[in-house]
Amino acid sequence: MPVNFFTSVRPWSRRRRRSRLDSICAVALLFAGTVACGAPSGSTREVVRITGSDTMVNLLQAWAEHYARVRPGVSVQVAGGGSGVGIAGLIDGTLDIAAASREMRPEERRRVISRYGVAPAELTVALDALAVYVHRTNPIGSISITELAEVYAEGGRIDRWRQLGARHWSCRSDEIIRVSRQNNSGTFAYFRQVVLGPDREYRLGSIDQSGSKDVVSLVSNTPCAVGYSGIAFATPGVRTLELATTPQGPAIAPSEATVADGSYPLARRLYLYTAGHPSDAVTAFTRWTVGPQGQTTVRQLRLVPVAASGRLVRWKEGG
Amino acid sequence: MLSPAIRQRISAAVDAVMDTTIRLAGWSAIGFVFAIFYFVVREAAPLLAGDFEFAKMFGSTAWRPESVVRPQFGLIALLAGTASVTALAMLISLPTGIAAAIFVSEFCGPRTREVLKVVIELLAAIPSVVWGFIGYMVIAPLLVQVTDASVGVNVLNGGLILAFMSVPIVMSMGEDALKAVPDAFREGALALGASRWQTVYRVLLPAARNGLLAAALLGVGRAVGETMAVLMATGHSVRIPHSLFDPVRTLTATVAAELGETVSGGTHYRVLFLIGTLLMMISLVINVTADLIVRGTRRKVRQ
Repeated sequence: MPVNFFTSVRPWSRRRRRSRLDSICAVALLFAGTVACGAPSGSTREVVRITGSDTMVNLLQAWAEHYARVRPGVSVQVAGGGSGVGIAGLIDGTLDIAAASREMRPEERRRVISRYGVAPAELTVALDALAVYVHRTNPIGSISITELAEVYAEGGRIDRWRQLGARHWSCRSDEIIRVSRQNNSGTFAYFRQVVLGPDREYRLGSIDQSGSKDVVSLVSNTPCAVGYSGIAFATPGVRTLELATTPQGPAIAPSEATVADGSYPLARRLYLYTAGHPSDAVTAFTRWTVGPQGQTTVRQLRLVPVAASGRLVRWKEGG
Repeated sequence: MLSPAIRQRISAAVDAVMDTTIRLAGWSAIGFVFAIFYFVVREAAPLLAGDFEFAKMFGSTAWRPESVVRPQFGLIALLAGTASVTALAMLISLPTGIAAAIFVSEFCGPRTREVLKVVIELLAAIPSVVWGFIGYMVIAPLLVQVTDASVGVNVLNGGLILAFMSVPIVMSMGEDALKAVPDAFREGALALGASRWQTVYRVLLPAARNGLLAAALLGVGRAVGETMAVLMATGHSVRIPHSLFDPVRTLTATVAAELGETVSGGTHYRVLFLIGTLLMMISLVINVTADLIVRGTRRKVRQ
């Protein structure tokens, strides 16, 4: 008597017809799928695989489309997931370029060296303002980094809008709903490093979204919420706050100028990383991204080109 | 034209091939399940050998796996998240699903039954990300407007979505259980002058009790294991919920959101596989229990 509790998990198939016939179909489909996926695609195009930062995924996609017109022989394949996903993939050798909105950590750098024998190469490809978003009905105009830390950090003392001096009528509970990112996100790591400080933890109980866009869309339909995400993701449903370093300091709005001159407190670099000895196609592509065409795309996506900042564009070899 | 002898031989060969294929297909299911179990446990196993602090894991709510200061792997909040969403979903879907089963099996005419069954089975075919999308884009803003909730992605939202997803399972299984009650029971009740409702309440439900319990357990299994929908609808927030309107995070959603980033072999990676093992054990216990209960019913009915 065969044990059949596996089939009993599919109660919606009719009892008479289930069990063996279903298994046959399932197995047949499985094999068919394998064969179809395993078949060679028949193209000889060179492939550049980039994965990583969700903040950068729109930029990478735009670059890939633009580059396909410039160099039809090279196919740039883009995937998001978060800076951590990209760097993990680079270490595991499953991709050519990792896109990251944070610097590689020393431990990750060590892993790359132990696997490839050489340090990863780092390239700054754009600058981004990390904006602090609130609901469009929120009356608050600016916030300081110190206050932000009190909102987000473990042991922080601010959890009501009135503590920030705001009469936020459309938020009935007056509770500050903290929207954050999942913990493999480079944005999550950057915000923690710069706002909370290197040895403070995030307070538990924030709503952790897995995409930059998701943060903004959740804030736009949650009047009580505050969230952080790249400036390129702004929508009409939300407002960005001006940021001051201290409660007494001047509040600065995120813009290309304030990011380029470094006066906006949450201006950050966006990076591409390669490991080992990348192919010519990979090197050519990374060079192109910081060239005039690549940087034009950067500006079209509301990010700040590296040239505008006057900062040197360079490969950081070794480390 | 082929001679009858050759035709017979071909037919015998085809029979043999088909027979082997069917056997292989049947047994491969068992092979797959054990292989999956083996690989998941293998990835989690080194934790058991090392000096990992399990007491902290099952005694703390702090889930900070990627902390630079001090990684923490407390599962209590995640377990509470899974339990609260599942319990709410069951609270909604069991009465609804069983009521639907009673209606379809005992009260409605054959044409309505066919239509209802097809439509409800269609409900089961909706992919879970679509449900998640509905939770995130439709139910969440609605909850903020209608209720006092500060945020629309919360236990209530996740529970509603999971309830929608479990109702078809509970209903199908429940209907099977009611259909398995011999007509002699119904005829006997009618002969004694029972109304239809009395027949259902006093005769059919007690007779189908085991089958209905199995339906409930499979519904629970579906709800515990669901991932994409709860990832999008519950708010993904590490905390122990104090009300229906608190966002939570479930075990499955945590694995889905974090596994991609972890470097294979790290502690975080292994803890996620440990969560996978935990989830598999929960499902296994539920499925085996449901199966044992269903067998109990069949035996009793045959007697």
